[in-house]
Amino acid sequence: MEIAASKVIFYIIAAAILFFALLSVTSKRILRAATYLFIVLISTAALYFLLNYQFLGAVQIALYAGGIVVMIIFSILLTSHAGQKFEPVSRLKFFASLLAVLVGWALSLWVILSHPFVASSKEAVEVNMDSIGKALLSYDRNGYVLVFEVISILLLAAMIGAIVISKKQPGDGETNPDNSKTSK
Amino acid sequence: MGKPIRITLKQANDMMGGLALQDFLVVSTSMFFIGIFGFLTRRNLITILMSVELILNSVNINFVAFNYFLHPEAMHGIFFAIFVIAVAAAEAAVAIAIIINIYRRFKSINIENVSEMKY
Repeated sequence: MEIAASKVIFYIIAAAILFFALLSVTSKRILRAATYLFIVLISTAALYFLLNYQFLGAVQIALYAGGIVVMIIFSILLTSHAGQKFEPVSRLKFFASLLAVLVGWALSLWVILSHPFVASSKEAVEVNMDSIGKALLSYDRNGYVLVFEVISILLLAAMIGAIVISKKQPGDGETNPDNSKTSK
Repeated sequence: MGKPIRITLKQANDMMGGLALQDFLVVSTSMFFIGIFGFLTRRNLITILMSVELILNSVNINFVAFNYFLHPEAMHGIFFAIFVIAVAAAEAAVAIAIIINIYRRFKSINIENVSEMKY
């Protein structure tokens, strides 16, 4: 009974992911595309919860759905008019992209479905907050303290870079007088 | 009594109701190529960024599924997924800062209009 349930849940989640991902890249309105992306990211978190990786699902919801999508929606509101529609792409470009994607997709699926994956017979470790936190900060064989520090420096650099790049330059008004008038 | 619970791939499959690694890989591969399709056909910089997020997300599903089915004794896949999410957040922040700067300069974020550095 329960065995069938998790399979059904997986197929529902997979269908939601693929359907909304497809809508997200083909939608004509940019705000709707962002909403569909949001649903895709939430469904991915559901997939992680299905695999019993609660921490990863929580990180996915907090960072992707809570952080990145909100940032994308903010930048959409800053840079485009609501209800603005895209022009359709040229027919040649559409079909060339479709062909390239379908060929790559078929090739990858063929490789995946024909490759015999070696079954693992090791014990499954319990993944919880405790083990994740200890592994993140340990420096022995399975520790990740170096990557952790590198990521923290990367985040700091990205934060400073984002602030510096998006700051208004004082010279902007002189090079483009129309710009400074309209922005005030 | 104190024997740890052993879970083999077959038992894990039984636990997952017969779901195999391939099911997850098919989903993530399809998602990856949907992202590539969006990356190739979109003209707006923000929608291109959204396609990149789709691609990174599909890679995360791959890492997690490999960890669950092939290496349940370790947590490398989970940590890679966490680090990919962190890098994606940093990348999105910088990319959106650049996009807003481009919008200020060119009054548009369509890629046809932003060709100043092309030649």
